[in-house]
Amino acid sequence: MAGGRLAGTQPRMSRRGVLGAAALACAFSSRSAVASPASGGHLRFAGLVGSAADTLDPARMAVGNDFIRGRSFYDGLVALDDQLAVHPALATRIESDDFVTWHLTLRRGVTFHDGKPFTAADVVYSLSRQRDPAVASQQQFFARDMAEIRAVGPYEVRIVLEEPNIGFPSILALDSFAITRDGTTDFATANGTGPFICTEFRPGIVTTGRRNPAYWGVAPGVDTFSLIAIPDDMSRHDALLSGDVDVIGSANPRLVRLLREHGFGIIESPVGSYTNLGLRLDRVPGSSRDFVEGVKYLFNREQVRDSVFLGFARIGNDHPVPPEDPDYAADLPLREYDPERASYLIRKSGFAEADPALFCSPAALASADIAVVLQYAAQKAGIGMTIRRMPVDGYWSQYWMRMPMSFGNTNARPSLDIAFAQSFASRAPMNESRWSDPRFDQLLLQARRERDGGRRRQICHDMQAMIRDEAGICIPAFTTSLDAFSARVRGLRPDRAGQLMGYNFLRHVRLADDGAPA
Amino acid sequence: MKGRPGSLSAGRSVMGRLVMSRLGAAGFSLVFVIVTIFVITSALPGDVADTLLGQGATPEATARLREALHLDQPAWLRFWHWAGGMLTGDPGRSLLTGHPVSELVLPRLHNSLLLAGATAAVSVPLALAAGLACAMFRGGWFDRIVTFLTLATVSVPVFLIATLAVFVFAVQLKIVPSLSDIGSIHSVWQFIRVFLMPVLTLTSVTVAQMVRMIRACMIDVLSAPYIEMAVLKGLSPQRIVLLNALPNAIGPVVNAIALSLSSLLGGVVVVETVFSYPGMAGLMVESVAARDIPVVQCCALVFCVAYLALTTTADIVGIASASRKRDA
Repeated sequence: MAGGRLAGTQPRMSRRGVLGAAALACAFSSRSAVASPASGGHLRFAGLVGSAADTLDPARMAVGNDFIRGRSFYDGLVALDDQLAVHPALATRIESDDFVTWHLTLRRGVTFHDGKPFTAADVVYSLSRQRDPAVASQQQFFARDMAEIRAVGPYEVRIVLEEPNIGFPSILALDSFAITRDGTTDFATANGTGPFICTEFRPGIVTTGRRNPAYWGVAPGVDTFSLIAIPDDMSRHDALLSGDVDVIGSANPRLVRLLREHGFGIIESPVGSYTNLGLRLDRVPGSSRDFVEGVKYLFNREQVRDSVFLGFARIGNDHPVPPEDPDYAADLPLREYDPERASYLIRKSGFAEADPALFCSPAALASADIAVVLQYAAQKAGIGMTIRRMPVDGYWSQYWMRMPMSFGNTNARPSLDIAFAQSFASRAPMNESRWSDPRFDQLLLQARRERDGGRRRQICHDMQAMIRDEAGICIPAFTTSLDAFSARVRGLRPDRAGQLMGYNFLRHVRLADDGAPA
Repeated sequence: MKGRPGSLSAGRSVMGRLVMSRLGAAGFSLVFVIVTIFVITSALPGDVADTLLGQGATPEATARLREALHLDQPAWLRFWHWAGGMLTGDPGRSLLTGHPVSELVLPRLHNSLLLAGATAAVSVPLALAAGLACAMFRGGWFDRIVTFLTLATVSVPVFLIATLAVFVFAVQLKIVPSLSDIGSIHSVWQFIRVFLMPVLTLTSVTVAQMVRMIRACMIDVLSAPYIEMAVLKGLSPQRIVLLNALPNAIGPVVNAIALSLSSLLGGVVVVETVFSYPGMAGLMVESVAARDIPVVQCCALVFCVAYLALTTTADIVGIASASRKRDA
């Protein structure tokens, strides 16, 4: 049911289209001209993941509530809209002639929450620290591509990349590249330029914020907010039903109907996240091409969408591009469920009796359920598979990518270039199947320096076909993110950039009444 | 019971020796616990470098981060730093956030003590009254009903009681909040609203355990020959229980209470989870998952110290009451 409303209906300028110009010049201030009907009030939010590991350090942000905190207290150099197009934020212009040297012009008159004016030094500091191993940045991989980050004026920054990349502005939209004040090492509170000022931050307990009266952009619609995490599914929904919170992240698909019947709203966001099976091509049985292809034919994709995700998903074609993306290769035939062909291929590979283990865990969303669907299909094809369900604790470090066949979970990326570079290039840090093809690496670099939008589209198409047919990755479906809100909340919309309007919802929501919470 | 001869001062010195040996045993247990905690936490697979880097944990990134966090130091050196810090009252810094462990632990400890204290204040008098009444009217209708109820409560998992409580009182009746928002407490009424459900849930479980143990202790004492003598003398049942039996059962009863209460600090993960109560048990579980070892070690030590303090106090009370009996 989600599929229909996901397809973008209005024509849009693709981000790659915008960037296709020889110089990317995003010089518009329309965003600040749009007046927000400020309503005030206090909004209470409960997300899924929160613990003593909660952070206000952009470098370390890794889970939903971190991203929400980050996007409320800080600003990025650029921002993404609901179709992933890049817009100016703290940088008003980003220009490059060769896609190697990038020239950033910064917004003037912006101040940090402590009153210090925002300048180029803050940008240099915020980006440079991501390269320091001790900072443990989530985005070290992209940070290391920035060979030089230098202030060339009080409001001008020059960034020189290792390799040309036309998609560099999208990389700057990653949460870790949010701007903090020059020299900040203590993140007990957040000193950003964002629309909210941090009033309280207690990891694993609560974060609160109040509207920044000096904000340079559109003023948010609520005065204050509190943010907590309730990892227990039932308790989180109870908190919404009892009126103790106004918005919850990660609604359970099984409870969507109940919530709607009780007058609650649901946002279905077509995010590009997926749960996939990775077969290591350097280990048996994934070393056999026939075996890998056979497993791909064992996925009953409709069943995964309808039984596992209860319809809140879109079917995947074993490459990381979701069907609503304008660059989705629509002419590539969708790989059908074909147990006979799978049986033939796996028998041909000689691993029909190998009884391989499928490693899954609650850490990778719905992976245990997908494993059951796969095991059942294999059984019908006369192939045995064993499911090894591992605990959340230690799954990513002990099993994922280490076992011959393990399930993973990949979050939506701001651009296809980022998705390809992080998970499929030969030296990609998250290359789950250890797939290595110099031709693919070549195409990646070629796309990054290609000025012609049409040719870039063609390269992107070829890369999807290569991943689909050559890599050891099975992507049966893309998940639809579900978030629920009470009737007093206004302004929430689906967004391709991630759940809860790309974690930006606090900038956009309003409350129907000004009444203080009971 | 009164047979043993001996002067008052001799009795005192015997008691003093017993108390000292009990305290000595507690001290030895503490040292043992400190070593065990370090060994066990060192044996956990994976470390905080994996957690911090998450899916981006490439071998080279992990190695460099490990070096920056001094995780590559030999175990004896890390133990030296940690045990030394602990003994001087400095539990170190969180590997995850870099903040002092005490800043993380103290507010949570305060919350946990608040919850445990409120639960004890409700459950101990309740359990004492019910346990004594059951023992007095053993086999009667009151005893049967209480026995049935305590058996039923002990058999129901805590998460079910907690979830049902939320469903009925917060979602359906909307009389109490479903979350334990401690920050919202500014009056006695708000305190009751916030603590009502978690305290009721914990009380139902601890009271059930305590009632059963107190009842058993009292029945044991009530079957002693001197009680029979008191009955034969024609003393009233109330007098027998309160003045003859209870003083002699104080040792085991206090021990039973201490055992039930000792789990209120670290053993309430489920209740903390369902009510989103920010206590120590949840902190420890989160820190184990994140491999934030200094926090795990500090939490484990606090739980062990609390447990030792409770059981040692109970023992000393038992020794004191036995000595009183000797001296009498």
